[in-house]
Amino acid sequence: MIRLLNNDTGGRWLIGSLLLAIVLIPVLNALPTSSSLHFPTYSVTLLGKYLTLALLALSVDLVWGYLGILTLGHAAFFALGAYAMGMYLMRQIGDRGVYANAELSDFMVFLDWQELPWFWQGFDQFWVAILMVMLVPAVLAFAFGYLAFRSRVSGVYLSIITQAMTYALMLAFYRNEMGLGGNNGLTDFKDILGYSLQSDHTKMALFIASAVALIIGYLLCRFITNSRAGKVVVAIRDAEQRTRFMGYRVENIKLWVFVFSAMLAGMAGALYVPQVGIINPNEFSPLNSIEVLVWVAVGGRATLYGAAMGAILINYAKSYLTVELPEVWLFVLGGLFVFVTLVLPQGMAGLLKRKGTE
Amino acid sequence: MINQWLVNCLSWGLGCLLLVLANLSQAGTFEVVEREQALIKAKFDQKAQIMASWYEADQVQAVHLMQLMLNSQLYYFKQDKRLYQVEDASSGAIAQRIHDGVLITLKKKRDIKRVSINNRLRSVFRQRVVETQLSAIKPQDRLAAAEAIIGDTTPELMATIARLRAQEVDASVLAAFDLVLAVATLHSSDEDQQRHSIRLLGESLYPASLNALTGFLLTYPESRLKPMVSKYVEKIKGKVDFYDSLETIYFGLSLGSVLVLAGIGLAITFGVMGVINMAHGELIMIGAYTTYLVQQLMPDHIGLSLLVAVPAAFLVSGAVGILIERGVIRFLYGRPLETLLATFGISLILQQAVRSIFSPLNRSVETPLWMTGVIDINPLLSLTQSRMYIIVFCLTIFLLLLAVMKRTRLGLQVRAVSQNRDMAKSMGVRSEWIDALTFGLGAGVAGVAGVALSQLTNVGPNMGQAYIIDSFMVVVFGGVGNLWGTLVAGLSLGVANKILEPWAGAVLSKVLVLVFIILFIQKRPRGLFPQRGRDAKG
Repeated sequence: MIRLLNNDTGGRWLIGSLLLAIVLIPVLNALPTSSSLHFPTYSVTLLGKYLTLALLALSVDLVWGYLGILTLGHAAFFALGAYAMGMYLMRQIGDRGVYANAELSDFMVFLDWQELPWFWQGFDQFWVAILMVMLVPAVLAFAFGYLAFRSRVSGVYLSIITQAMTYALMLAFYRNEMGLGGNNGLTDFKDILGYSLQSDHTKMALFIASAVALIIGYLLCRFITNSRAGKVVVAIRDAEQRTRFMGYRVENIKLWVFVFSAMLAGMAGALYVPQVGIINPNEFSPLNSIEVLVWVAVGGRATLYGAAMGAILINYAKSYLTVELPEVWLFVLGGLFVFVTLVLPQGMAGLLKRKGTE
Repeated sequence: MINQWLVNCLSWGLGCLLLVLANLSQAGTFEVVEREQALIKAKFDQKAQIMASWYEADQVQAVHLMQLMLNSQLYYFKQDKRLYQVEDASSGAIAQRIHDGVLITLKKKRDIKRVSINNRLRSVFRQRVVETQLSAIKPQDRLAAAEAIIGDTTPELMATIARLRAQEVDASVLAAFDLVLAVATLHSSDEDQQRHSIRLLGESLYPASLNALTGFLLTYPESRLKPMVSKYVEKIKGKVDFYDSLETIYFGLSLGSVLVLAGIGLAITFGVMGVINMAHGELIMIGAYTTYLVQQLMPDHIGLSLLVAVPAAFLVSGAVGILIERGVIRFLYGRPLETLLATFGISLILQQAVRSIFSPLNRSVETPLWMTGVIDINPLLSLTQSRMYIIVFCLTIFLLLLAVMKRTRLGLQVRAVSQNRDMAKSMGVRSEWIDALTFGLGAGVAGVAGVALSQLTNVGPNMGQAYIIDSFMVVVFGGVGNLWGTLVAGLSLGVANKILEPWAGAVLSKVLVLVFIILFIQKRPRGLFPQRGRDAKG
């Protein structure tokens, strides 16, 4: 494991600070509220949210930075994972809903459904939910990637159809007939694994889980990019035709990386939902997917740690600005897109690297 | 449609009425007050008499009042004992005073009382109203009145209709009268007459005649004419289906025209120049806001303002487009994915700019009068004019753009630069200049599309987002770099959407179309009409 982080200063820093946060933040949180070092619980949840988004950024960096596919639809995988987790949390509500129906969720009672739809079966089991969190995005990514890569759709066309995919999913999820809460999505969660989502301990546990997931996700991505297959991945990005003529099955490699990345995004979504407390079709909106790109671009493409760093920083800025200066936020975000592409194609990681070499 | 028409007629009639009343108000006020109060106080059997004398004195108003009474919309305020028209009698509703048209907000429901009528009065009034309408001066008014009562008559009315038919000169009104009578004679005991009526009704296209014929099948299950009626019913149903599908195609074409309009600017920037312009939707939005501004500047000339807005939107959006090209895109040629990100950033900035300047709320752009209304082809098919204008506008823009690209020097140079930049340069084409102009052209066309869209949807900061994905779909589906492809793709996607809509619902049909395009691109990555030969890129 240590070998993976050889020559990866940024990665060492990232994992180091995550480990530090896992140890330090529970301690700081336990301090009395009066203490100036006290770390409030709502900040813990907020930080946990950023970490899940960093995991999403990681998955996007893998396909964009290393594989060269500019995906405009990764939020779809994120949202699917989130929905799978949301379904489990909905089932956990049991008969504590407004209509006190042990079998059906509130929105189903409201729509006058008599029984649980088939695709909700099994979601009362945590392991089924976790399985689905990975499986559903993976299946979609596989089907989509299998078709697209085999017929060699690439570049801009691929980007546009990934966008069409997430847009189509968004429209579909808005429908009540879809059986997933329609417009309102899934919300009013109570418990996870029997622990109340309102309790500070659960929130802390979710934060730690997010941090651990990010560390594992990072190591997995690093493992892939450092492996021999990872070299081929980069070769595909830089010269697809040449790699194909050298005898590599470009489609298969692309497909597996894409599917893995989708699973990672699904996992991120699953950790995101219990901390945010709601999932609705808006998460599928094309804007969300594109926003992830700016995190990765600002942090630095094809560095992994840069993507995670960019996600955390920009989301922090977003939380701050949307509260303090809501008018300015879109100007900043838009400006960042333009600035990074024009002036800073390597992102912040590139800036750091340049400093290191000087 | 007929309802719409009636409402129009009524409001027009009301307008005339007010004008007349304004003139009369000095002279006849006393008389009017007296008549109104007589009507309010009268018992049922007196009301007919009062209205009859009112009819003598002021036919237009009397008919209007009788219609209101038939629709249970005539009320009086207990306080002032004057007549009011109230469409929905609940507190907060609007009441319009009959004699001068003043509008009053209703405070409490019990302040007013309805001028009630019984069934006998109902039939008397109805007879009067229909008779007046059927003897209107304009033939089209008579026709509409006759069409409205097909299958909806009383025995008392039949005599009147027979009498009026004898005086009628207009052929189409005569035909309508015949149908009115035919519905009645359908039930006569004379089989020849019945057969005649069935033939008449069977050849007509009114929904009412279809109802009358199916009613016949139910009332006389043993009739010998049953096969004949069934045949006609089938025939009419077939025609109904045919015209329904025509209407679907018409709706589809108008939706498709919107798609083409939204996409055609992109066909220039993306298709010809290869620039992925994610801010395209926002250029449409700027065009729509320009329309709004122009309309604010000339509030008295709504119709004219729309015509002024077309060049204005072209210039404004085009200028913004040139700014974007000079400021950002020209540094990113050859890096399509970076262009995508940068222009997306620009789209966010433009959105927020509009939100800051105009507020995040939607702005409403008024539709000029000449764009509203319907064209009645026959009783089963009537086409809304606004959709017709959109289709015509879309085709005009398309042909203009095609002419610019194929017939002008600019078009020639644009194509030259897009096919072989270096060669074009060495032939003396100022390629940078051409890039800026081409992008400006595409952006300007997006702005013009915004003018059209401002007539269809709300003008708001988010409107661009709604069209960007559709626009890309249209261009990619049609084949990049091919204007004809964009036209065919847009129109066919629009029609497909409308055909799917009845059984899949609006949202699902959109999803299905998107999925179809995703699958289609797998099969033919270069779209319907791919570029071929040496010009083809990638």
